[in-house]
Amino acid sequence: MTSAILVSILMTLVAASTPILLAALGELVVEKSGVLNLGVEGMMLTGAVAGFAVAYSTGSTALGLAAAGAAGVAVGMVFAILTLSLNANQVATGLALTIFGIGASSLIGAGFVGRTITRLGPVFPDALSDHPVLRAVFGHDGVVYLSLALVLAVGLFLRRTRAGLILRGVGENDASAHAIGYRVIAIRYAAIAFGGALAGLGGAYFSLALTPMWADGLTAGRGWIALALVVFAGWRPGRLLFGAYLFGAVMTAELQLKAAGIAWLAPELLAMAPYLATIAVLTMMSLGRQAGRAGAPACLGKPFSAS
Amino acid sequence: MTAPPRLALAGISKSFPGVKANEDISLSVRPGEIHALLGENGAGKSTLVKIIYGVQQADAGAIAWDGETVAIPSPRAARRLGIGMVFQHFSLFDAMSVIENIALGLDEAVDLAELKVRVAAILQSYSLPLDPDRAVHTLSVGERQRIEIVRCLLQKPKLLIMDEPTSVLTPQEVERLFSTLRQIASEGCAILYISHKLHEIKALCEAATILRGGKVVATCDPKIESAKRMAELMIGAELRQIARRPGGGAGAIRLQVENLTLAGEPPFGTALRAVSLAARAGEILGVAGVAGNGQSELLTALSGERLAGSGAAILLDGRPIGLEGAGARRALGLACVPEERNGHAAVPDFALADNALLTARHRLPLAPLGIIARGEVERFTQAVIRRFDVRTTGPGALARSLSGGNLQKFVMGREIGQEPAVLVVSQPTWGVDAGAAAAIRQELVDLAAKGSAVVVISQDLDELLELADRLCVINEGGLSAPRDVAGLRIDEIGLMMGGMRGVDAQAGGAAHA
Repeated sequence: MTSAILVSILMTLVAASTPILLAALGELVVEKSGVLNLGVEGMMLTGAVAGFAVAYSTGSTALGLAAAGAAGVAVGMVFAILTLSLNANQVATGLALTIFGIGASSLIGAGFVGRTITRLGPVFPDALSDHPVLRAVFGHDGVVYLSLALVLAVGLFLRRTRAGLILRGVGENDASAHAIGYRVIAIRYAAIAFGGALAGLGGAYFSLALTPMWADGLTAGRGWIALALVVFAGWRPGRLLFGAYLFGAVMTAELQLKAAGIAWLAPELLAMAPYLATIAVLTMMSLGRQAGRAGAPACLGKPFSAS
Repeated sequence: MTAPPRLALAGISKSFPGVKANEDISLSVRPGEIHALLGENGAGKSTLVKIIYGVQQADAGAIAWDGETVAIPSPRAARRLGIGMVFQHFSLFDAMSVIENIALGLDEAVDLAELKVRVAAILQSYSLPLDPDRAVHTLSVGERQRIEIVRCLLQKPKLLIMDEPTSVLTPQEVERLFSTLRQIASEGCAILYISHKLHEIKALCEAATILRGGKVVATCDPKIESAKRMAELMIGAELRQIARRPGGGAGAIRLQVENLTLAGEPPFGTALRAVSLAARAGEILGVAGVAGNGQSELLTALSGERLAGSGAAILLDGRPIGLEGAGARRALGLACVPEERNGHAAVPDFALADNALLTARHRLPLAPLGIIARGEVERFTQAVIRRFDVRTTGPGALARSLSGGNLQKFVMGREIGQEPAVLVVSQPTWGVDAGAAAAIRQELVDLAAKGSAVVVISQDLDELLELADRLCVINEGGLSAPRDVAGLRIDEIGLMMGGMRGVDAQAGGAAHA
């Protein structure tokens, strides 16, 4: 009995964490290349609605996920063209992108409100995914495993590969990277595309796996949590994973407490808990490291123009 | 007929809107030769090497490499030919390790472990001290330069271009760099050495091409040609000898420091230990010493950025100012020029006019009642630009857009133009070319002649001997008693520096021996 509850809590936790993890991981790569894209929430919403629309129309959640990624990339490219090629301010453009994403998703999604689709299902056969205990490991959908694999892949990419070294170099000192002969703008375009794809995928996880339906503002500000996570995780994928799951854990605890009907604690206070707890824990983690250089790319948010 | 030159330029020309940066430049460098490219700021040296390194393309002219005409469309193509370049401003990534920086500078992908072995071999064969695993932001400037050199050496260059490599190095680091360069040249690599420091070129180079206004004005053997003659070729005029007035320093004491003690600046600053000095009207007081012996602490203590323990520790015209802030001291007539121009002496992202306003408003009526008088500011800035020959587009140009030497001229001009009672200046001609340096020195002499007291803190002993009436030495935060410069011999200064830290004393002794 208790094990069944624990497993169920774990399943909820993982599901709640995955979209934030995906979006934050994408933004981490973007920021490592020296670009600050505050439009994560907008890209997530666009991905959520595009994913739902395509999944509803075609009946295929896989196609929906692909469309969500593509939509995220498309919105990301708007940001990239404005900030990289036209040198618009990154902060202002990112904020505008979020507002655009809220509006555009609402417009596109108007015809889909109230419709339902088949939820994204587990990848492993029923014997594993329905097993009362083993489903804690094998009962998740493909996106969960993909997100975990991506954490590992991004970590290895940044630490161990030459391409990752170049990406970090571009974020650390764009002028030097340009002087050596790297194509700063092209590398940043690629990073933003990657970030867009993951944000779109993260958004679609709401509309295809969590709810599964479309409603305006479905992502409920998770894009902002993802942005904060990147900073609090010190731009490290491992810590990002920890932070995202921590957030998911507190959120799950909140739901459990609500279900248990704790009357003396205002539900609003409970709703705040995941945000506060995540920030508190990650702040304490970063206190241990030397002050000043917390892994922030030196060129983060600065415009670059080759001259 | 001997082997063809490693690099031969014929009739290279390059124009930018409004300026001919290079005009019909020809030069050739043999394998194993250290060839100086000499010229003032703006003579076209940088443009020429950018063309050689493929960063820019010539409008006309031909480049021959080992006797064959080549095109160099990109730095990558240049590196493929075997051209390596160490830039004046390093292309480094502060948060990354030395080995990661080296890897980023290579064209081909290499395994880090394998690269470490190759780098270790190079570091050993050229006796270069450098830890591959250190983060770059913890390294000294000399060590950072070594990263760039190792980067080049890994690609087995046949021509190494060094762009003003010593402008940021200490004398000890310069010596080490020179021995490295000699070893590289002895292995058959040609070196193109860009500088405007004549004594370095005489010490290092076998041939020199002198540029002025984008054209070659002379080629010579720097070992034979006199430094004075080369300087004149470079600036296109007779070198100005500083016109000294006879016997300065007889006037009243304008700046007096009594037993000033101050903790060092964190994290590695040198504490000032009971410093006393007196600068008189009409004199230039020199403060010599190796970098890091308390010079920056002395300057910030005098400027008012850090306050003295008591008002009476610093007297300006007899008035205690030790507890006054920088603005109040400026208003009273004590002006200071710190060593670091960008970020300390000037705000890089401010226009020159705004930078002028920031310090001059205390003494000149540039902002009466707090309202900026734009016209006055503009006029003052224009006057500084004209008088000190600052090469810039005008008072609206950003400070960061000026070359180091030009910004230094501007900063010096801004302070001298306010005719302060006392001017304290650190490294007045650091990174400034010969012609401009002479002009700045002359202005300092003239300022003193008008009755101001001038304190010059410098590591350049030649400069101090030329400028100062009296000289003292700062050493581990303590200041020696001043000596009259007239009749002072180099070995006596050496004795004054006697308490120098072990390593520096040895290096200094070797240099003077």
